[in-house]
Amino acid sequence: MRFRSTRTAKFSLGALAVVGALVLAGCTDSSAPDPETDPTEESSGMPEVPYADGTTMADLAAAGTIRIGVKTDQPLFGLTNAATGDPEGFDVEMGKIIADQLGIDEANIEWVNTVSSNREPFLQTDQVDIVIATYTINDARKLLVGFAGPYYIAGQDILVAAGNPEGITGPEWFSENPDKTICTQTGSTSITNIGEYTSNILASGSYADCLEPIRNGQAVAVTTDNVILSGLAYANEGEFELLNAPFTEEPYGIGVPLEDTELRSWINDVLDAAFTSGEWARAWEDTVGVVIDLPDSTPTVDRY
Amino acid sequence: MSTVLYDTPGPKARRRARVITAIVLLALAGFVAFLVVAFVSPRTSVSGAELRPLSDPSLWVILNDRAIWRFLLGGALATLRMAALAAVLAIVIGVLFSFLRTARSRWIRLPSTIVLEFFRGMPVLLMMLFVLLVFSTGAYWAGVTALALYNGAIIGEILRSGVAALPRGQREAGLTIGLTPLRTRFLIEFPQAVRNMLPIIIAQLVVLLKDTALAYVISYDDLLFRIDTMRKGDGNLIFTLFLVALVMYLAINLTLSTVARLVARRVRPGGPAPRIPKRGVFGRPTPTVSDPMATSQGTSAP
Amino acid sequence: MTAVLDNLDILVSGFLLTLALLAIAGVGALVLGSIVAGLRVSPIAPLRAIAVGYTEIFRNTPLTLVLLGSAFVLPFLGVRFPGLSPQQFYFVLAAIGLTLYTAPFIAEAIRSGINSIPVGQAEAARSIGLDFGQTLTLVILPQAVRVVVPPIINVLIALTKNTSVAGGFFVVEMFASGRLLIERTAQAVPVLLAVAVLYLVVTVTLGLIASFVEKKVAVLR
Repeated sequence: MRFRSTRTAKFSLGALAVVGALVLAGCTDSSAPDPETDPTEESSGMPEVPYADGTTMADLAAAGTIRIGVKTDQPLFGLTNAATGDPEGFDVEMGKIIADQLGIDEANIEWVNTVSSNREPFLQTDQVDIVIATYTINDARKLLVGFAGPYYIAGQDILVAAGNPEGITGPEWFSENPDKTICTQTGSTSITNIGEYTSNILASGSYADCLEPIRNGQAVAVTTDNVILSGLAYANEGEFELLNAPFTEEPYGIGVPLEDTELRSWINDVLDAAFTSGEWARAWEDTVGVVIDLPDSTPTVDRY
Repeated sequence: MSTVLYDTPGPKARRRARVITAIVLLALAGFVAFLVVAFVSPRTSVSGAELRPLSDPSLWVILNDRAIWRFLLGGALATLRMAALAAVLAIVIGVLFSFLRTARSRWIRLPSTIVLEFFRGMPVLLMMLFVLLVFSTGAYWAGVTALALYNGAIIGEILRSGVAALPRGQREAGLTIGLTPLRTRFLIEFPQAVRNMLPIIIAQLVVLLKDTALAYVISYDDLLFRIDTMRKGDGNLIFTLFLVALVMYLAINLTLSTVARLVARRVRPGGPAPRIPKRGVFGRPTPTVSDPMATSQGTSAP
Repeated sequence: MTAVLDNLDILVSGFLLTLALLAIAGVGALVLGSIVAGLRVSPIAPLRAIAVGYTEIFRNTPLTLVLLGSAFVLPFLGVRFPGLSPQQFYFVLAAIGLTLYTAPFIAEAIRSGINSIPVGQAEAARSIGLDFGQTLTLVILPQAVRVVVPPIINVLIALTKNTSVAGGFFVVEMFASGRLLIERTAQAVPVLLAVAVLYLVVTVTLGLIASFVEKKVAVLR
């Protein structure tokens, strides 16, 4: 929602708070909040983050639509809901927060299916406006695209069968047991990281493909960022568990075109506002929070 | 069934054939029974946990969900969309290639031959990846471009050999009545070549349709990708989903193959094939149109 | 270019895996394809039906689905090969999938090749008193081999290219190695060109063999 001045903003928010309270008082049944249909934007209390004319933000707001690159196959972060055809997850929620700040309605967001190797090319060739797709910030990528955030600090962790029958303790366990196989996605930062501990790696087409090898005994564990692993655990009803011993730090950022420093800075402002206003926490609870507890502290954006 | 390879079976041979038939049918029945038993018996996972048997209704209940079917049909439509556009482009590129390859000037012929062999020798998947990463087009256009280029090269070859198989008199007659070589080719040779080669061209287009599934690897949102997304949502549904995918793809492809065959039969030069076909060694009719690419292209399709 | 040269060992190991897949699936497909071709002409109806059913199903199923089935559904159904490392296990599954997919095309090539031999040959053989076995080995097959080899080599060329699909299913052959390198070095063009050249080495070689055989065995009809 765009407001003409802070005073109007405060008035409108106050009015909405009253209306919201009345509505909630009238509600007797409270089912799990559905990010799609609940009008949480109105009652979020997130302040408007301003932007100047002539910037990408103004263009997007004027166009009334934004193209956001997300994953569509990562449970809890970006996964297509077969019934609605739209992606859902923490990354998706962050995208909605940004679009909301531009006055773009949820229905007008164009979600573009993005896989890991497309993230830089899509930004470089203007296929998407921003990328929120479990995108780890690193120096090599900073040469090609810009990063706002991080909006979450993930860490590479290990997923094992429920009950941890092999007694895996961490990545060093694989150095000590070279005959045990660990599975991860080919061409990812995860495979590079685990490659420092062992060479007995099964390289799959995607992380989710790694679950079958564990089920049929070809591998004993999967490794990648802990949030992706929790999504996998969540989607498979107690068959797997997380070691909860992250051994790297993977800051997730929002990818923007390299030269667009204004967009990057503005998104950082939006993130700061989301951290302090509780919107970020709300997005977490609605999605990943089902499996992982809310982190103790919000991340600090890196303005470089 | 009698062929010239062996005599018409006498009583002893007939009896033997009946016995073997009975044995084979029994073996088949046993195999089917084995499949049924495997289907309904509970399975154990590697860690010793009890898993549901394949026949467990909870694994199949998603088939009742209409939203799921709509989701999958959307995927099938995506597949067909890519195939249709790629097919049209492939024909255009094929025509272009066949012209380039039969040009009189060496400077046109040789480079185009090299380019053509390059496209034919590369895996379609590699071309898709190339277009996707270098031109950053998104999975749909990467798939369409790669499929169009690859199949266009093959169709170009088909058309070229079709033109080459025509009696020389056709071309000579065209030149005699004053047409330029280009117009001869366009007005006289080409239409005949297309009519002759139509069955093979259509077969190649059916192959194109099958190859659209490759776009799944570059994450194009087609039927296979949606099946896989659902599998990632719940890994236990893999068997259910696999069967669904198999049935859907078979339905689409068999329908198109049959349509293609019907069209080919009706468009043959000289009308539909005569009722008494020439018989080959195995008693099957031999192809009556001399199509040099019939055995090589029609069967080599990936 | 440095991207390629620094990581040559990864590309080479992928190339070797591709060749291995081609060799194993190729031999398997030749064997299975011959069996299927034989079943197609058997006097026993159920065997013919099995051959036709198998051919129609696999010719109308995308290769990606077949490999998805062999990589995920077969282990799901309990298929195991004790004594193989996981990487080898999935290699074998991919080889099985490729074999099952390619065999119908080989069978078709064999069948139409043999069918293109005029009936007169077999009739002449029978009229000079040769029996079934002799007709086949002395008259039909020698001529058939001439006709059948080029299309079979074309099928093998297609198989070479099809091995790239296995890259999405746990087998780190050339296509998967290429993808690995691209993400590691972020230099798509040199890596893709290198991979393309390696594929062309195999397919063009096979194509040259096919033309060579075709010219040598050409019979003026």
